[in-house]
Amino acid sequence: MFTKPLFRFVPDGTRIRFMNGRFAGLAVSAVLSIGSLILFFHPGLNMGLDFRGGVVLQVETPQPANFSALRGALAEAGLNDAALQAFGTGKNGVLISLESRANAAQTQTAINEAISALNKAAPGSKILSTQAIGASVSATLFAQGLEALGLSFVMILIYIWFRFEWQFAAGAVTTLILDTTKAIGFMVLTRIPFELVTIAAILTIIGYSTNDKVVVYDRVRENLRKYKTLPLRELIDLSINETLNRTLGTSGTVFLAALPLALFGGPALSGFAWIMLFGIVVGTSSSIFIAAPILLFLGEKRLRRTNAPVKK
Amino acid sequence: MLYFSRLKTFGILLLCGLGLLLSLPNITPRPGWWPQAAPWPQVHLGLDLSGGSYLLLQLDTNAITKQDLNTLVDQARQTLLAARLGYTGLRADPANNRVLVHPLAGQATQAMAALNKLVTFAPGAGSASVALSTLPDGSIAIAIPSATRAARVSQAVTQAITIIQRRIDGSGVLNPSIARQGQDEIVVQLPGISDPERVKKLIGTTAHMTFQLVDTNAVPGQPLPMGDEELPFSNAPKESLPVFSTVAVDGADLENAQASTDPQTGQWVVNFTLNSLGSREFADVTAANVGKPFAIVLDGKIIEAPNIREPITGGSGQISGGFTARSATDLALLLRAGALPAPLSIVEEQSVGPELGADAIRAGALSLAVGFVLVLVFMATFYGLFGWFANVALVVNLILMLGILSVMGATLTLPGMAGILLTLGMAVDANILINERVREEVKNGRKGLAALEAGYKRAYGTIFDSNVTTLLAHITLFIFGSPPVRGFAVTICAGIVTSLFTATVLVRLLTSRWYVARRPASLPV
Repeated sequence: MFTKPLFRFVPDGTRIRFMNGRFAGLAVSAVLSIGSLILFFHPGLNMGLDFRGGVVLQVETPQPANFSALRGALAEAGLNDAALQAFGTGKNGVLISLESRANAAQTQTAINEAISALNKAAPGSKILSTQAIGASVSATLFAQGLEALGLSFVMILIYIWFRFEWQFAAGAVTTLILDTTKAIGFMVLTRIPFELVTIAAILTIIGYSTNDKVVVYDRVRENLRKYKTLPLRELIDLSINETLNRTLGTSGTVFLAALPLALFGGPALSGFAWIMLFGIVVGTSSSIFIAAPILLFLGEKRLRRTNAPVKK
Repeated sequence: MLYFSRLKTFGILLLCGLGLLLSLPNITPRPGWWPQAAPWPQVHLGLDLSGGSYLLLQLDTNAITKQDLNTLVDQARQTLLAARLGYTGLRADPANNRVLVHPLAGQATQAMAALNKLVTFAPGAGSASVALSTLPDGSIAIAIPSATRAARVSQAVTQAITIIQRRIDGSGVLNPSIARQGQDEIVVQLPGISDPERVKKLIGTTAHMTFQLVDTNAVPGQPLPMGDEELPFSNAPKESLPVFSTVAVDGADLENAQASTDPQTGQWVVNFTLNSLGSREFADVTAANVGKPFAIVLDGKIIEAPNIREPITGGSGQISGGFTARSATDLALLLRAGALPAPLSIVEEQSVGPELGADAIRAGALSLAVGFVLVLVFMATFYGLFGWFANVALVVNLILMLGILSVMGATLTLPGMAGILLTLGMAVDANILINERVREEVKNGRKGLAALEAGYKRAYGTIFDSNVTTLLAHITLFIFGSPPVRGFAVTICAGIVTSLFTATVLVRLLTSRWYVARRPASLPV
């Protein structure tokens, strides 16, 4: 362990013909992404407080929470929209959420009513946290986040175009967009709430995925210069195989870093970490099965001709 | 590859040392001999870690406009009266930010000339206080220009910040942060407070106190006489009293207020002192109205309405409204700090109790530590000695990031910590790339040093492109994103820059030192 490496993911000289699976890869990706888009519109994301607006109180009751008594007390106080949910590992944690109110003053009144109802139903309860966000604020945040994300895609497109060829840029950005849609589909299915923190998770996986694509593309670019006559299809396969240990190694470290967070990180972090884990798997496989095939389709004739005429 | 000039080696070590120095304040407490003025840069803990409250407040700008227009109506009335000009339909038009008045036929020019006195230029203001124009129906519009209104709002926000600051300081909360955001919003962050509801009340109360005479001639059940208003009691919202709208004494003339117990009744009261102007007004009003009830009004609600027993000339008085120790202390604090220029509403609120913060830290910190150790073990198993070099670089990277974030005064939240961990996971990517390259070179038949040289050189191109792409994407996010996204983007950018340094430069230094010392026959790849 202190001198020589103990393991490797794949032996040297591995030659898996990834491009044979290009249609399968693209088809699976298309199905997943279209499915995710459908899920996005119906039933839609589980919008967290940041983007939905409203009130969330995290409380801890002295005895295991009696949900029906709590619900009754809240309804009696006129808070018919209150939703209750258990949280945390113990039985005493309850999340009370309320819909967005017409204005700030009404929101504060609702918070006070909920607290007094809680104290009536379960005296001695502790308010662990209060969060209230107006609906107008959340709409701005959402729009701003999307705009920034779009612009950063444009930036990636321009840089890769500048450093590589347009086929590489188009392949990378298309794949990134597909990755993002899948992450959204994953969130709809798992009901992980979509919040500002989630945007941070998506940003991280996009950053990670970009990294991965650039590394594979970089090897393709290098091999294009090195093997002037090799057909692009074989050349891409060769490049992926050559970088496979690195791809799996980097994915492995990031995956290992995120895994404990997903399992034991507590409610604040686990949603974030699950999205990360999903993103790592998707980002790694999309470099091989999406970004590379797109490059193959776009560049089959053009990339070879510009460098050297294909013999045969 | 092997050659590092003395200067360069020194520079690299200096940078690492500097990082350690800058991150120290986060680990050790501030020593007593450290000069007060010298900075002690620390990463701030976000609400989810420290507990506390975050409030986004919005100033009611419509209330300011309404106030200003009411003042303008008064001024217009007095001006026209002084010029002995008749008028009809004098009223505020809040929708258009103006006051309308219809002069009598044939007096339009004189009225215009008289009202022209209202147009003043405050020193430093870019626009006139008001602008006059004649409407097609012959009435005169006295409008507040939008630039003047914006300046007025901005001034009110500044004033509100000062007052909030005073109120919070008086309540004993440590390290509050109060900042303007946008046109009319104020962000207040209060780390580590235990009773958010109390602070919310302290901040959200306008605390405009007035003394108004009760109209004893008004008949209950009959419409209110002109110039009266019906105000509710603060402790009994269903009861109310008719009072004269004209403010007899304004709380703005208050000089001091203190909570204490009344020696006779033992109840909590608030004692106040007025300034000289207020004292004179108070003396005049009380002298003229002995025996009549006098209402003490806070934000449109009557606290109490005692009868005036004798003229109060000393300028000091007492409010007793059935207070508790806490409510008396808070009212005194509010009165001392002054009234807000307009009501504030809480648009967004986030409060985290100290227990939750502690739990979150424990679960989060533990899993972050486990993740970090897993990355170290992974690198050691898969890359052997070179993996250990990468691990050293990783620890240095963590220290450097902490240093940079401290200097920037960044706020660290739980997701931010997760972001840092993932940046570290990605930071070893550079070392993985280098090691894989060196290995390939060895397979291609290169020996020792030649393989190292070629491996590093080839890997640099890849490392450069992949990191610049990610960096550019996050810089874009930083420029165009909303504040929370920005914080995250900054963390990742800092991580990319430090990891480039540690993973390539520092690891290369370690590798070359090792190579020179050992001169190994083959590389451990």
